[in-house]
Amino acid sequence: MIHSYLYLSIILFCLGVVGVISRRNVFTVFMSIELMLNSANLAFIAFSRVHESMDGHVLAMMVMAVAAAEAALALAVVILLHKHKSKLDTNVFSLLKG
Amino acid sequence: MEHSVTYLGLIPLFPLMGAVLIGLLHVFTCNRRKLPEMLYGLLACVGPVLSFIMALKIFFALKGMPADERFLSQVAFTWFSVGDLHINMGFLADPLSSLMLLFVTLIGSLIHIYSIGYMKGDKNFGKFFSYLNLFLGSMLILVLGDSPVVMFVGWEGVGLCSYLLISFYSDGTDNVLAGNKAFIVNRVGDLGFVLGMSFLFWGIGSHGFDYMSLKANVHHLAPGVALATCLLLFVGATGKSAQIPLYVWLPDAMAGPTPVSALIHAATMVTAGVYMVARFSFLYAHVELAGTIVAWVGILTALLAAIFGMFQEDIKKVLAYSTVSQLGYMFAGVGVAAYSAGIFHVFTHAFFKALLFLGAGSVICALHHEQNIWKMGGLKKKMPKTYITMLIGALALSGCPPFSGFFSKDEILYSALASGHFGIWAVGVLVAGMTAYYTFRMMFVVFHGEPRDQHAYDHAQESPAVMTVPLIILAVGALFAGFLNLPAIFGGDQMVSHWLAPSVTEHHPHTGLFVEIIAIGASVVAFLIGIKAAYSRFGKGAEEPNFSGFADFAYHKFYVDELYDAVIVQPYKRVGAAIWKTIEPNVTDAPVKSVSTLYMLLGSAFKILQVGYVRVYAIYMIIGLSVMSLFLSQTLN
Repeated sequence: MIHSYLYLSIILFCLGVVGVISRRNVFTVFMSIELMLNSANLAFIAFSRVHESMDGHVLAMMVMAVAAAEAALALAVVILLHKHKSKLDTNVFSLLKG
Repeated sequence: MEHSVTYLGLIPLFPLMGAVLIGLLHVFTCNRRKLPEMLYGLLACVGPVLSFIMALKIFFALKGMPADERFLSQVAFTWFSVGDLHINMGFLADPLSSLMLLFVTLIGSLIHIYSIGYMKGDKNFGKFFSYLNLFLGSMLILVLGDSPVVMFVGWEGVGLCSYLLISFYSDGTDNVLAGNKAFIVNRVGDLGFVLGMSFLFWGIGSHGFDYMSLKANVHHLAPGVALATCLLLFVGATGKSAQIPLYVWLPDAMAGPTPVSALIHAATMVTAGVYMVARFSFLYAHVELAGTIVAWVGILTALLAAIFGMFQEDIKKVLAYSTVSQLGYMFAGVGVAAYSAGIFHVFTHAFFKALLFLGAGSVICALHHEQNIWKMGGLKKKMPKTYITMLIGALALSGCPPFSGFFSKDEILYSALASGHFGIWAVGVLVAGMTAYYTFRMMFVVFHGEPRDQHAYDHAQESPAVMTVPLIILAVGALFAGFLNLPAIFGGDQMVSHWLAPSVTEHHPHTGLFVEIIAIGASVVAFLIGIKAAYSRFGKGAEEPNFSGFADFAYHKFYVDELYDAVIVQPYKRVGAAIWKTIEPNVTDAPVKSVSTLYMLLGSAFKILQVGYVRVYAIYMIIGLSVMSLFLSQTLN
């Protein structure tokens, strides 16, 4: 039974990873990160149910709170980036190129 | 009897506090409106005068003790501890240091007062007094230190102040070079001092490194080590006290303001070497050969400097060479183990040489900073106070009875004769005659005869009271200081010798009255011949001579400076240039530079990975995390 949840979680996580790596739009990248976070949440809750403990629930709630805060911050950063370059393409921002 | 007191540290502290205070005031106001000179003058004089009062208190406290137990000590704090060795910031006042204290603070105070007049209107008035106070503080640490290490602190402090004050008029390149020369030559001597101290520590330092412990343990020192220590310490003394071969800095040091020449380069700092040898008398008494070497170096320096002094044309240089010459006498004195005679000459010399320098300063000031004696002449009528006081100083310097210099110099010569050093005595008598000659050559040319520069003569006038009063006080000292150590032959009781007896290790040779009369007679005859020769050549006015032959050779100081330059300075510079141009880039810099090249190469290799796209960093992160997870899952199972 737990396997189904875990497979779903893994699929969602991989989708997130692929999204982060392959997409160039900042928002899509950002949504992919959220997807990865939530796949982890799913795994937490599944395990929590199996072990009949509340710890997993607590952690899932924590992750959600952090994700919400991060979303607020990330949107602010995105707005700043847009102000600078008028684009939302991640490839435009390559100041760290060696 | 209580020997531990708490006020010794105050003596150097007063001038040091003055130095800090005046220095800060000067730093904060020098770019804005100047503070009144009188404020600086007053602040500067408070420290030395308070120190003098304390020195008197100490003198009388010591006088009240039994002769064998005359000492006061204070440990301010432990300076540093290495293993079992504890070096304290400690002070020791015994008869020797109390005598030094008295005249250093007295003459220091007088010269501070005189400087208010001499430095009037100088744009760095505050800076000058800050340095002067700092000097006095360092000198007092040197004198009061209870171990060679503390003495070395003062020793370096006075060297620094000497450098700062020689190059005080820093807009002239020559002055700055003279300051550098003094500092560098002194460093050579200081190296000797440090090495000597190391030998001493190596030998007997484990039983404590203050003078009392050293004195108690000196017999444990192996003869070879003792000789090496004595000679190395003496190298330090030749640097500070301007003896052969390191005397060359002192004449150049006259580039500084005249009060500095009087205080540092005549009365106090340059006598530090003599003080040091007397302080280590327990060590020198242990090694007779070292004493003989010290005495011969001293008397030969006296001879050489007297020869140079006879041909100088700068009034301050004449006095500078006479200082070198008199320091030579002092070393001859301490070298033949007549420590009290040497220190007594330090004492009287401080009075009459400070007097002569301050007198010369008064003349220089009146003639608007003209120092060439061949531009002076006939100043007797214009500057009577300066003339009379300087005449007293000159008579004392040339050893005319009953002025102070006669007694102290005669004591040294008599000690040399009585202890069987006939060569030293003979040279000493010769130098006594030459001293009288060059001193009165200067006096006759400057004050007698007709004015050589009518314009300067017309504008010359007597200096203000702030300058003449210290002159008069010093003249009284130069006149009467000799009576403090009146030998038995004149019905005296040799007060200074008895006072110093507990501090220094000496034994007075017993000789007949005949030897003493010979010594005195020879000195007086030499003085009369010298003054007669000076009078016959310069007494009725003389023109600037053209030197030739030996005189020309001596006028150029035997080309010693040029010799040092050719033998030491230039080769040293060439070695330096060789190291700088070949060894540094190829040997020392090469590894350092190749390391940086290596990192640059590595960096350019790794640079490829840094593409700057967020996505790529995400890939790196995922790869990294995956590898880590794999690794963890492998190890955990």
